[in-house]
Amino acid sequence: MVEFLEFTLQGISAGMIYAAIALSLVLIWRGTRVLNYSQGALAMLTSFIALEIEYRTGNYWFAFVGALISGLIIGGAVERLVTRQVINKPPLNAVIVTIGLLIGIEGLAGVFFGGNNRSFPTPFSPVGLSIGSVALGITRNDIFIAGAVLLAAGLLAVVFQYTSIGLRLRATAFNLPVARLLGVRVGGMLTLGWALAGLLGALAGMLVSPSTLLSPNSMDTIFVLGFTAAVIGGLESPGGAVVGGLILGIVLSYAGGYLGSEVVNLFGLAALLLVLMLRPTGLFSSAPARRV
Amino acid sequence: MNSSPDQIFIGAANRLAPWVRRTTGRRHVALAVAGAVVLGLASILLDQYRDYQMAEVAASAVAVAGLTVLIGLSGQISIGNGAFMAVGGYVAALLFMHLQWPLIAILVVSTLAAAAVGAIFGVAAARLRGPYLAGATLMLAVALPFFATRFSGLLGGDQGLGFFVTVPGFLGATFSPLRWQAWVNCGAALVAMVLLANLVRSRIGRSWRAVRDDEVAAALAGINVARMQILAFIISAAYAGLGGVLLAVVVGTVSPSLFTLSLSIQLLTAAVLGGLGSLSGAIWGSILLVIVPTYLTNVATSHGLTQATSSSIPILAYGLVLILVMLAFPRGIAGGISRLIGQAPLSDSESPTAPPTSWRRRSPAADRKEKGRT
Repeated sequence: MVEFLEFTLQGISAGMIYAAIALSLVLIWRGTRVLNYSQGALAMLTSFIALEIEYRTGNYWFAFVGALISGLIIGGAVERLVTRQVINKPPLNAVIVTIGLLIGIEGLAGVFFGGNNRSFPTPFSPVGLSIGSVALGITRNDIFIAGAVLLAAGLLAVVFQYTSIGLRLRATAFNLPVARLLGVRVGGMLTLGWALAGLLGALAGMLVSPSTLLSPNSMDTIFVLGFTAAVIGGLESPGGAVVGGLILGIVLSYAGGYLGSEVVNLFGLAALLLVLMLRPTGLFSSAPARRV
Repeated sequence: MNSSPDQIFIGAANRLAPWVRRTTGRRHVALAVAGAVVLGLASILLDQYRDYQMAEVAASAVAVAGLTVLIGLSGQISIGNGAFMAVGGYVAALLFMHLQWPLIAILVVSTLAAAAVGAIFGVAAARLRGPYLAGATLMLAVALPFFATRFSGLLGGDQGLGFFVTVPGFLGATFSPLRWQAWVNCGAALVAMVLLANLVRSRIGRSWRAVRDDEVAAALAGINVARMQILAFIISAAYAGLGGVLLAVVVGTVSPSLFTLSLSIQLLTAAVLGGLGSLSGAIWGSILLVIVPTYLTNVATSHGLTQATSSSIPILAYGLVLILVMLAFPRGIAGGISRLIGQAPLSDSESPTAPPTSWRRRSPAADRKEKGRT
């Protein structure tokens, strides 16, 4: 029973990271109809930037803020400089370009930081918490992970729902030509959407890197699981992305806990295939209307 | 009147020409025979390192050809074809280790095994569109290497399995193994290419293009869209599987570190660089893919960069190539060549793949385009 609770709590903590990646994918998908395969690679790059800042200043929080800001800048820059060029082209071009970004950024990180695994700092103690004498199997850091993602998701929800800029972002995502006719600066909104997604990705990178170690390829698996979470949620709904991340995190945590850690990724593949077979456009999306 | 060897040759060529010209299939066979002659001569005249590179290009070209047909003709995408290469390679190594089958049987059966796995995945894939499909295949590429560690008793874990091709006795004891590998790979690649070239020009190839350009119109014309998409996936997986076996021939082992995500992306890079949908493009792309990274790494190492840094430079180059080609020359090398010699491309659209509108539920870009037209 204690074991079950332990796996559940660990699953929630891991699921929050998948949720952050999923949320960033949904943000970009809703705005630009591009699925950003380089999201994981961008998070890896910002984590390396954070590691450099931490190394120079010795302060985790400077590094944390630095990663978020660089995520914001790099995300916006990628939209402006690269993906905007393919938005009028067939969707396959965008897929290939973002895969090019993925591999290009990984190569860049390899050139500058080398291919070795680097250990990554945590802000809080990674020692397990306990109530009385019962160990919970989670740490302060796990709580920090869950809290940080929830806070970020909550802030985004508030911005989207209650601010003028959120309204413009939603209008652009909902119907770009109409939003433009109504006077929204659509281009800026698209860039802002990518920048916010870059920030979320950077957050996920900061949170996951202590446990995966940091290397140019370290975010590949995390990205794929984040993508799975987004698909479970249906790619359209931010709430679905968070729920999808949590479901995936908990399921994988049980699989890893009871069946052994090497099956986790196979379970992820099975989960993705299962969801796609049952509901090809995700569990939470409304019926898709194919354009004829 | 004595005729010189020249005249005999010209006479033979003149008599052959109508036979060759009559059907597409014969033209492909003739091209392949010419290719075999050139490759055989090159292999004998050049040094052993070129043999090694030829074998590598052949392995890559087969896998890339399968992928370029899938993306360029059927309009689907796979970022996970490295996983099908792994299936082919591992099946070949298992057959080699436990059953000691002859090489030709190993090649055929491992290709069929990869096709079978592709069929299972293709059934799922035919229901998926655009980003969902790309993501699912990406998952395949990331997750499949974990099979090797999960079933390490059978598949040898991180060490992998050995796969050695021995030179047959009739060629003599002094025949170089590298040259034999090059011959095996180039021969298998040429046969595979002829079959695929014929398929692409057949009713099936036309159906693929119809499905790619407009699924609804293709269905109205009586094409079974799902069946065509699954078939494309199976063919692509089979070619990836054969490519995997040929790669195993070159490397001598199969291991998880051989079939990584970056291998899958290399295939994509070669297909995009050569020109999506073009088989000759697949060959051009593979040649560049084999030669340029070695060159880049050598240049970087000779400029005093460390091993780790120089091995990342080709990866960076793949990324840049994918982005730049897609932005600037979406039809790749093959598109450039056919524009140079004034040949009509296989498809009329300017982009590598015509827009499958069904990918997007509501595309701002397409909306704008349509508004502009009316």
